[in-house]
Amino acid sequence: MPITVKIPAQLRPATGGEGEIEIESAATVGDALDAVFAQHDGLRERITEDGDLRRFVNVYVSGEDIRFQDGLETAVADGAEVTILPAVAGG
Amino acid sequence: MSSTLQGLRCKECKREYPLEALYFCPDCFGPLEVAYDFSGLDAEEVRRRIQAGTTGIWRYADFLPFETRPASSLEPGLTPLVKADRLAEKLGVGEVWIKNDAANPTHSFKDRVVAVALAKAIELGFDTIACASTGNLANAVAAHAAAAGIDSYVFVPSDLEEQKLLATAVYGTTLVGVDGAYDDVNRLCTQLAEERGWAFVNVNLRPYYAEGSKTLAYETAEQLGWRLPDKIVAPIASGSLFTKIGRGFTEWLDLGLIEGELPAFHGAQAAGCSPVANAYAEGHDVCRPVRADTIAKSLAIGTPADGPYALDLARTTGGSIESVSDDEIRAGIRLLAETTGIFTETAGGVTTATLAKLAEAGELGTDDRVVVYITGEGLKTLDAVREGFEMHRIEPTLESFAETVAEPALA
Repeated sequence: MPITVKIPAQLRPATGGEGEIEIESAATVGDALDAVFAQHDGLRERITEDGDLRRFVNVYVSGEDIRFQDGLETAVADGAEVTILPAVAGG
Repeated sequence: MSSTLQGLRCKECKREYPLEALYFCPDCFGPLEVAYDFSGLDAEEVRRRIQAGTTGIWRYADFLPFETRPASSLEPGLTPLVKADRLAEKLGVGEVWIKNDAANPTHSFKDRVVAVALAKAIELGFDTIACASTGNLANAVAAHAAAAGIDSYVFVPSDLEEQKLLATAVYGTTLVGVDGAYDDVNRLCTQLAEERGWAFVNVNLRPYYAEGSKTLAYETAEQLGWRLPDKIVAPIASGSLFTKIGRGFTEWLDLGLIEGELPAFHGAQAAGCSPVANAYAEGHDVCRPVRADTIAKSLAIGTPADGPYALDLARTTGGSIESVSDDEIRAGIRLLAETTGIFTETAGGVTTATLAKLAEAGELGTDDRVVVYITGEGLKTLDAVREGFEMHRIEPTLESFAETVAEPALA
């Protein structure tokens, strides 16, 4: 099963309007994001800086924050959902 | 009202955006903040306008992000700033002042931010407001929505204190208990804000909402006779309140309404959820997220959005960020109650315990004027004080009283 990467609405101009991008397969979150960037290069510098996530970006794999797991090395299973969200909400 | 409003500006890359329901910069994901231009204001005119204004936060409308002053029946603000001489003496500190923000319509500082966010939501044409809350915000959103007659949805962790659940539901909101921690609720609401088109006060309206906390700084300065304290102690959850108190003082210093320099900013966290205090202690400028486990549920945010800015403010003003244990929090609640007559919730216990800790460490001196921000009401977190009290149980007779409680004094 492919992996689905969900893009926040405000970034969709950089994906040609797509809110969900399907990736055939990826071992880690980093791989999945690289596959997304290969399709939509404009997203790379918005989401990452020097190869790491920008400090106000949150990424979740099936609802779990990857900062509690292995960061960009966090494994993604077949069929998993990777969600990118801004980290500046709440409080 | 405010011809001073400029737009929204990214705190990271400084790109500007229109005054809409936006909260992060699509270029760099940085938080957006309301930008003003106060250069056309005359300090003396502003002072007169404030003094002739309402007896709540709308007196500071020049510094708030809406076009016309709202007509709210639940105006928060102008809460007491109480000189706490017995507490100061006990701690060996020059002057301690308690800003008692439990004296707001729903008994916490959240009335300030919600009143501002609701005003903006109505101005932007929303008909439903919502929030992700640890409890106090839930109370405020439900109450202010009821007063304004608009729909509301309130999302909280399902294991919240019963008092906070009841004091939300009573206003007739749609109360949703989410099985998860606050950070899960927050993630869900970030997704819902996109999907539903509602005004989530602390998500898509967060730039406006956060501005409400500046009024704590304005009131402090005004109530001290247009002067600044030397040091402040305030709780940190997301870091928004802490940093906006700094912004409020800075705006007034820049305008010339007050003179001097920023107070030292001391932040207070519970040890069971102290991502900002940890980063401070380790010398980091970003916070590693934590899973919260503390009785101070209103501060239990493991992924603080404004953590980096709170760290910066504490460091640049010569302050600090401390953490205190659950036992210290309970002792803090008792200390404040027994020396000032003010009963605060667990967050205020965190703040008071931090005050005591700073005093003990010699960080607060006999020539310091310290303002302590007490952000919520003790009746909302009764579990925290359930243990450790004695009630004398007697028969309704003089003998029983003398036997059980106190022997009569000898004539």
